[in-house]
Amino acid sequence: MALTITEKIVRNASGRSDCRPGEIVTCRVDLALLLDSGGPRRIWPRLKELGVGVWDPERIVLCTDHFVPAVDTASAAILKLTREFAAEFGINKFFDMQGIGHLMLAEQGFLQPGMFACGGDSHSTHGGAFGCYISGFGAIEMTGVTVTGEIWVPVPETVRINWEGEFQHGVVAKDIMLKLCRELGMNNGGVVMEYGGSTVRAMDMQERAVLCNMAAELGAETGIVEPDEVTLQALRDAGQQPAADAIEWCSDPDAVYKTRLDFSSAELEPQVAAPHAPSNSGPVGDYRGTKINQAYVGSCVGAKLSDLHMVAEVLRGRKVKPGTRLMVAPASARVMTAAAADGTLAVITQAGGIMLPTGCGACAALGAGILAEDEVCVSTTNRNFKGRMGANSASVYLASPYSVAAASVAGELVDPREMLGSPP
Amino acid sequence: MSGKAWVFGDAVNTDVMAPGLYFKSSMEEMAAHCMEALDPAFAKRVKPGDLVVAGESFGVGSAREQAALAFKHHQIAAILAPSFGRIFYRNALNFGVPVLRFPAYAEVQAGDELSVDPIAGSVINHTQNKHYLVDPIPDYLMGMVNAGGLMPWLKQRLAAGEIV
Ligand code: SF4
Repeated sequence: MALTITEKIVRNASGRSDCRPGEIVTCRVDLALLLDSGGPRRIWPRLKELGVGVWDPERIVLCTDHFVPAVDTASAAILKLTREFAAEFGINKFFDMQGIGHLMLAEQGFLQPGMFACGGDSHSTHGGAFGCYISGFGAIEMTGVTVTGEIWVPVPETVRINWEGEFQHGVVAKDIMLKLCRELGMNNGGVVMEYGGSTVRAMDMQERAVLCNMAAELGAETGIVEPDEVTLQALRDAGQQPAADAIEWCSDPDAVYKTRLDFSSAELEPQVAAPHAPSNSGPVGDYRGTKINQAYVGSCVGAKLSDLHMVAEVLRGRKVKPGTRLMVAPASARVMTAAAADGTLAVITQAGGIMLPTGCGACAALGAGILAEDEVCVSTTNRNFKGRMGANSASVYLASPYSVAAASVAGELVDPREMLGSPP
Repeated sequence: MSGKAWVFGDAVNTDVMAPGLYFKSSMEEMAAHCMEALDPAFAKRVKPGDLVVAGESFGVGSAREQAALAFKHHQIAAILAPSFGRIFYRNALNFGVPVLRFPAYAEVQAGDELSVDPIAGSVINHTQNKHYLVDPIPDYLMGMVNAGGLMPWLKQRLAAGEIV
């Protein structure tokens, strides 16, 4: 029977010879990602209540990212407890303040094509760029995974989304996702978004991760990209050997999809999502002239090295508009180091950008860069729900790193192509 | 037992149910701000046994289990919506908060007196004198749901030696 990559992974992880979309099956978990937010602080008391330990410390990756660096005694206590958990249960894959967990998995090369993985955070879908199944679950379910090493999932249907052709300069994966949020809505429960086409094949892993990360905004089970040489090279670059069968984890040519969607990348314009939903999006021209107080470059989806490069490309030789603040929180320590080494940080800070520590930061109103009442922010993050980045009356516009940097220079939303020598 | 319906619109997200600003606070404090951005009266006036009725994709957003726990804290009898955010739906079931797919949500008015039987898949609107049948909880999950949620179910399975 012809299967999609996701059906193959779920079939393999469930140990069944056959599984059909809609059926609920129990899968063995190859890797579990726990974060400070919904990790030890919620799981440990439950382990105590059950009188058990963790099923396999080698299969658990633990990161502190949401509450770092501690800004008050409450966050300090959460971090302390997270460190104690790592020591107590012998979790060797513990990354303390090294970056946002979803990036840690990618940087360390922990995700292999064909794996079945779970994360205690909705944007765990990020890792689907490696051709594995990885989705987000609440802490109560991650408690179950931590104890049993298994979890139930409905066998999902797959939507195949092809993007063909080349982007205009200034258009990136983030623009694809903001457009898809509008086109497909945020209510795509029970399906996996499988991305392909020549545009996706030409993307590096950081851009592919954006497509998978924001599958969460589509309400999908997860996102996935079939592995290719780019995937295998990323694993080698991370110091890992790709599994012998890595490249074989692909959808069969005659696999059955729920729908197939085809888009042309050449026609895509920079997109902006207006308050208060990622699906409330449109071409940047529709929002031109919207005044902003803050431009924020941060989060798992929007502060990778490639994102910082986009920001610097716009800022080179320009200044952040007086009265507007640009804040940049690199998504990992390694991103920070690389951006310092290649001159990116110098460009950003000389333009007037303010560097913030690595971590989730203002993305979920947990760290530095939170908004006051009625303030307006344009952000490279993935969610702009009411109150997401601070005060309930604040407005958050979502856009690509190019667009956010351009807005910081103009003090209002503008088309970044105008600053990139590629006018629309 | 019946309760009053609290009615909300489409796409109510988890940031509204469990705002990030109160993430480090106790569950009590967090629950006190549940739905505040949409209806500041909710957390103050909701009573045990009341129900939440909402539009499409209720609980869209993050994995934070406090979103589902906030409703458990307020002892909501059931949440009825035509569709749910996937992690919210799973979290709610795991805490024993009945979540039922309810296509006729738009017929319910705020304050209507409702009662729900999640096992049988029955919803009665006493105020409007209407009776609905909805999909019950999936069979595969009944073991866990009957046990009262994931924790009691894990306890049962550990005691039975099913987890090694
Ligand atoms: S950066 Fe934002 S979206 Fe990403 S894991 Fe942290 S809080 Fe979630």
